[in-house]
Amino acid sequence: MPSDHSDGLLEWLGPILQGALVTLEIALLAYAIGLGLGLVGATARLSPWRPLRALGTVYSTLVRAIPELLLIILLYYAGSQALNALLAELGGDMHIEISGFVTAVGVLAFVQGAYMTEVFRGAIQAIPRGQLEAADAYGFSRSTRFYRIVLPGMLPNALPGMSNLWLILVKDTALISVIGFEELFFTAQQAAASTRDYALFYALAGALYLVMTLGSNALFARAERYVRRGQPST
Amino acid sequence: MDFSWLSDPFYQKALWTGFVNTLWLVAASAVCGFALAVVFAVTRLRGPRPLAMLVTGVTTVIRGTPLLVQLFFFYDGVGRLLPEIPGVRESLIWPLLRDPFFYGALTFTLSVGAYTGEVLRGALLSVPEGELAAGRAFGLNRWQILYRLWLPRAIQMCLPTLTGELILLLKSVPLVSTIALMDLLKAANMVRDETFLVYEPLLLIAGIYLALTLVLTSVMRLIEQRFPGARPAAPKRRRLLPG
Repeated sequence: MPSDHSDGLLEWLGPILQGALVTLEIALLAYAIGLGLGLVGATARLSPWRPLRALGTVYSTLVRAIPELLLIILLYYAGSQALNALLAELGGDMHIEISGFVTAVGVLAFVQGAYMTEVFRGAIQAIPRGQLEAADAYGFSRSTRFYRIVLPGMLPNALPGMSNLWLILVKDTALISVIGFEELFFTAQQAAASTRDYALFYALAGALYLVMTLGSNALFARAERYVRRGQPST
Repeated sequence: MDFSWLSDPFYQKALWTGFVNTLWLVAASAVCGFALAVVFAVTRLRGPRPLAMLVTGVTTVIRGTPLLVQLFFFYDGVGRLLPEIPGVRESLIWPLLRDPFFYGALTFTLSVGAYTGEVLRGALLSVPEGELAAGRAFGLNRWQILYRLWLPRAIQMCLPTLTGELILLLKSVPLVSTIALMDLLKAANMVRDETFLVYEPLLLIAGIYLALTLVLTSVMRLIEQRFPGARPAAPKRRRLLPG
């Protein structure tokens, strides 16, 4: 009956939009941390010191070869257990239940960082050596060289990869629902189960993800125009 | 680390079923998905406008939504609506429509078709116009140009990307553990629930996936080298692989 359908939809629209907001929050935080991890990882992979290079390679290779869902489940258990073991070591019988939000962000950021490592590594390697040597010749300190030469030089090369990874991340947040965290897709599943309008609510969730991905596509296109300012158009 | 459960024939059987299902799912979706990708790419480039727009729309939706949501939409959503259509329960394809494997393969096929279709479209566009003109000059008809010249040249150009897409497909298989289909992750979850061991089963299948990724990458690298007209591999690589 059509009236039943619209009743269920109205009732669940609020919680689902709330879930969409949580999804965006998780994605944004995980992306920010992932960017940091990626920079650290790329620096490690390009480091002249061999053990550090090996560590970076192991991180990015292992994480990228194992399915995301498997990693998320594995890290979900390993993360909370490791943290509690650490706390037990430090201060007796303190036992904390890590919130789902922190786990979700941490796990997604860890995976994101591995992919970001490869994007940044390639982009940094694509900077002409002469530019770095020129910076050294002018007596730039390492941090000035990074902010003035490396970062603006690599961004045009890295941005397509970064935008791809953001889209993958937004879609990967749905995997968090498997470990029972209430984001967009988990809420949609609950709505579907309680109203028995499965196709409707999954389509609605899909539409919301689509809005997020298409919207960010437009933003990334603008960002790319900005970092490519002053470059000949291709 | 306690791996004693591995000697239990019950778990062995579950893991083996999961392994076989995983391989079948990858094989079926890769083959059907690639065929769909060719259709998608050629339709977008040469098809009638309404059809090309439809393919563009389907591609955008599939690439813009999570695979897990698509899987649930087909299995839980469409799969539950189908029996309400009169006559479906009595039809010959009903056993297929009840099988979660069918929905997994369907979802993955569409996904491979959309993502690989985009890759293929780019590759088709970068085949030099002169080569197609040469085909026409030799009197080949449109189909002959497509499957003798255009497609082989395009595939040759994007083969490394296709390898990447295949690995992505392999890595999305664990998603089907959420729809009552026995894959490796589902088998591992079963072991976890019954033995209360958290890490061992998950680490085992992580190792299996790692091995599968390595095997698939080397097989594809071999194909890349053998593909007609492919550039010879770098000398360092040639030493690692025979031939």
